[in-house]
Amino acid sequence: MEIPVAYDKPVPRPDEWSQPFFDATLRQELLLQRCAGCGTWMWPVRVRCIECFGDDLHWTAARGTGTIYSFALVHQVFHPGFADEVPYNVAMIDLDEGVRCVASVVGVANDALRIGTPVTVTFERISAELALPRFRPVDG
Amino acid sequence: MAVRDHVAIAGLGITPMGKVYGRTATGFAADAIALALGDAGLTKSDVDGLLIHANTAPEMNPNLQMALGFEDLAVLNAMSAYGSTPATMLQYAAATIEQGQANVIVLVYADAPLRPALGAGASYTNQQRERGMAGLPNAHGFYGANPGYAMAARRHMHLFGTTSEQFGIIAVGQRQWAMMNERAQMRKPLTLEDHQNSRYIAEPLHLFDCCLVSNGAVAVVVTSPERARSLRRPPVYVLGVGQGAPGDSQRTDRHPGIHTGAARSGRQALATAGVGLADIEVLELYDCYTYTVLVTLEDYGFCAKGEGGAFVEDGKLAPGGSLPTNTGGGQLSSFYMWGFTPLSEGIIQARGDGGDRQVARHELVLVSGNGGYLNYHSTIILSPSAP
Repeated sequence: MEIPVAYDKPVPRPDEWSQPFFDATLRQELLLQRCAGCGTWMWPVRVRCIECFGDDLHWTAARGTGTIYSFALVHQVFHPGFADEVPYNVAMIDLDEGVRCVASVVGVANDALRIGTPVTVTFERISAELALPRFRPVDG
Repeated sequence: MAVRDHVAIAGLGITPMGKVYGRTATGFAADAIALALGDAGLTKSDVDGLLIHANTAPEMNPNLQMALGFEDLAVLNAMSAYGSTPATMLQYAAATIEQGQANVIVLVYADAPLRPALGAGASYTNQQRERGMAGLPNAHGFYGANPGYAMAARRHMHLFGTTSEQFGIIAVGQRQWAMMNERAQMRKPLTLEDHQNSRYIAEPLHLFDCCLVSNGAVAVVVTSPERARSLRRPPVYVLGVGQGAPGDSQRTDRHPGIHTGAARSGRQALATAGVGLADIEVLELYDCYTYTVLVTLEDYGFCAKGEGGAFVEDGKLAPGGSLPTNTGGGQLSSFYMWGFTPLSEGIIQARGDGGDRQVARHELVLVSGNGGYLNYHSTIILSPSAP
């Protein structure tokens, strides 16, 4: 994965808690926290299990597949890095593990986006430290 | 403890709203409190409690007490449940008044996000980079509240066939109310065509589906019902209060954007007040977006889940309609003071102070609050008549 020369959108800053997640993006792996006690999967970083409140959470590889729960097409420029891309999509993706995450969908035109479309994760290298997990239609 | 036995509204103060420059949030707060105390026939020295709406301008914190020169208060807090805060303030005020710890409590909301030459959208958009996975939404271009509500609205449209025109009918009706409100920021006529032709902010939400941004402040003076009856204005009684916070654990079997906390908070408030939904004569619903009004009507039970679009289609929320809603124009067309927009208009209507926009029957007024991405909710039932 090559890093774009002039990437001018916001780049997440990994912290101590999210470092394993971002490290895995460089390996093109989507990790989710999972509770060893009850098996619940979580998004984003949690400090205890959101179901049983246990504290034995492990970063675990997810399948990286899911469906589009909903999406918006953002027309207003809120950050100059997106100025050339409006309208662009942001989406909520329902992962097969049962978590819902905010992401964006690539490989499909805005007017072809549909709720319920099966998607799979894809990684865009945006800095030396990490790649951004996005989703593309399974058949796309 | 029933809230209604211990707290009544005695004063209301609303500053000029909108693109009002040259005043800080502290300045607006002071002005609104002075107006509210004058309305109640009280003075600053009568005040023994101050509840400050937090999470707006930075100075809206406990130090506001000192900035405004209040001393020896018995009750002080900077509170926030986002847009559902006023109801929680009333619960807290009632508890402390019941215990005899305070008697005249001021609730205040103030904000001053607008600056000359800064777009309204930019004024509420946090450009600070969050640490960790919290930075992912910004990395995808998710800024502010718009995309979250747009996605909830699109999901509702997908599930139930709700249309943008149905959202537009809500916006048009509220503008008709705003045209009768001298405080409203938006007083030009709005047609459904105008709504449909307005630019998208976050599709499917058009510009006129989204609330305003306002500089200004609202203050409300509360005291015991007995004391309120001795003051300058007839009291507005708080018959019932309820809260409901569904949260969002980001699990695929949860749908907080479709099933909101209005169901729980409405049930609680109506039960406390001892009245039914059919008894409500005026609605002041939190309307950060047109969609918020529609989904709130469903979750209160005015219509079945999914039928909100068809329910509003006949214009029943607009002036002359059977369910007068957001009678000052709401956050969409009057001004945006979070939960204090619907609360202030609810007080005006309960008092019969609405002038040209006054609803003839205003015995029971329902006020809603909402916050986050439909993660927090509250309900207040107001009445000009003692319980």
